[in-house]
Amino acid sequence: MIRKAATREAYGEALVELGRVDNRIVVLDADLSTSTRTILFAKEFPDRFFNFGIAEANMMCVAAGLASCGKVVFASTFAVFASGRAYNQFRTSIAYPQLNVKVVATHGGISVGEDGVTHQCVEDIAMMRALPHTNVIVPADGIETKEAVKAIIEWPGPVYMRLSRPATPLIYEEGYKLNGRPLRYKVGDAVKLMEGKDVTIVATGIMVSEALTAAASLEKEGISAAIMNVHTIKPLDESAIVKTAKETGAVVTAEEHSILGGLGGAVAEVLVENAQVPMIRVGIRDAFGESGTTSELLMKYGLTAPDIIEASKRAIKMKK
Amino acid sequence: MTIFDDKRRPHDDEVVAKLNRIALELRRNILIMTTKAGSGHPGGSLSSADIVTALYFHHLRHDPENPKWEDRDRFVLSKGHGCPALYAALAESGYFPEDTLWTLRKMGSILQGHPDMNKTPGVEASTGNLGQGLSVALGIALAGRIDRKKYRVFALLGDGEIDEGQIWEAAMAAAHYKVDNLTAILDLNGIQLDGLTKDIMSLEPVADKWRAFGWHVIEIDGHNMREILDALDRAEHVKYMPAIVIAHTVKGKGVSFMEGQVKFHGTALTEEQLVKALEELKLEAEN
Repeated sequence: MIRKAATREAYGEALVELGRVDNRIVVLDADLSTSTRTILFAKEFPDRFFNFGIAEANMMCVAAGLASCGKVVFASTFAVFASGRAYNQFRTSIAYPQLNVKVVATHGGISVGEDGVTHQCVEDIAMMRALPHTNVIVPADGIETKEAVKAIIEWPGPVYMRLSRPATPLIYEEGYKLNGRPLRYKVGDAVKLMEGKDVTIVATGIMVSEALTAAASLEKEGISAAIMNVHTIKPLDESAIVKTAKETGAVVTAEEHSILGGLGGAVAEVLVENAQVPMIRVGIRDAFGESGTTSELLMKYGLTAPDIIEASKRAIKMKK
Repeated sequence: MTIFDDKRRPHDDEVVAKLNRIALELRRNILIMTTKAGSGHPGGSLSSADIVTALYFHHLRHDPENPKWEDRDRFVLSKGHGCPALYAALAESGYFPEDTLWTLRKMGSILQGHPDMNKTPGVEASTGNLGQGLSVALGIALAGRIDRKKYRVFALLGDGEIDEGQIWEAAMAAAHYKVDNLTAILDLNGIQLDGLTKDIMSLEPVADKWRAFGWHVIEIDGHNMREILDALDRAEHVKYMPAIVIAHTVKGKGVSFMEGQVKFHGTALTEEQLVKALEELKLEAEN
């Protein structure tokens, strides 16, 4: 049976654990603490939690003020609000002065499901990574989320971290291990999950587990795929991406985001300047989502292992 | 050490006269720096010059030699375009030399077109996109509450600025959290970029709006130094709710041909106009 956990749940648990040892941590929410799971922190540390009601713009700038006094501020809401609804507030009051605010946005992508377009978000990675001084992180599973929360506390400056609503398969073992091998989470370091020689699948967020499924199928067909988990989209681990691109000669990116400006965009920017290998983007093809179950939506919008398999074969075919 | 800590001094004639002299000096420098820059917002800087003077040279506890002093009072210029007044006050207090003012808006200057907290010592928040500074000030006030600090936080708002919905989000939140270490000051000069506030976006009844949002309101003449000083003290004594000083001001205050003129919201004086304006201020200083 596949072990599953929602990254947002892991976030809520991590905040409580870290809140016990670091009293600089202050957590803010905008009437979604039950959903973003910051409610766990709110219950244990009511003096360091503030709910601002449905007012994201105010929340972002309050976060800036708290951070200017030495607090490590986590501000949470859904990705669609954390990015678009309060973009200028993040830009001017947080990114520009490089304040220590961690915007942790849950309900990224279309896996949000039945709530539909208004509560899904396919564009946040592109928007947030365009901002100077802003780091963008998308953990692959609940275990990596906990490591990421720990790491960004020690990483000074603005961070945008994107999490998901549904429970998704765990890739790592408890304590951030891979096949029994302990790993160390470092902001900005891509994690090579599998070595391979024919194509590299560069994935982020919930698409990492789809990539692993795809690689297993490809292997049966005699195709050897390397898998790279890019948990930090900015700063991007450019050297690791260039290296693996040169080694395998073809790249597929996979993200639960628009193919415009997200992981695919970021990888394409690096490759076009450093290693011109064939590359195919798996992602949402410039469309909004709709209401439906998570799995129906991922299938309709081309975000499954078969989509990655098909893209991998096309990329390999494009090799000269 | 050069800590400014005059808050407890009585508001006698001597104090008021001294502050009025400083306000004239700030007005002079506001006009010179914006003309040298060739752009900027002199009108709203002049309307807030007396308020900024009362804060920096009487009411705020701050130390220009140690701008990051943990216990300092904090001033957030929410109406960031009014920064010439803030820069003039910071220079006059000793945060940086007066000469620096003449680099305003020029490449490489520590004095950006709108305030930058990382470039300018003494600037507490990067502002300029209107509507955000009151929220930032609220965050600073809440940090003071968590840390049990005694400092107070001040936010200066423009009247055009309060068109922004975020101001009212912050107003609601400050009242909800019973924040009483925060004083907002509204520079009610009646003019915004496109014209009179009453024509562009009606604010009245503005005092009632703040009361309805749970704030204690103090209304004053924003160019009467003693009234400003008294109001700042009264605001400090309000408990379990935030206080706002609604300061009735005149855009371009202090220069006859600038007063009440929309065009000086965002236009610097020409060299010729500057000469005339400085003469007026000089006469005022001699009287």
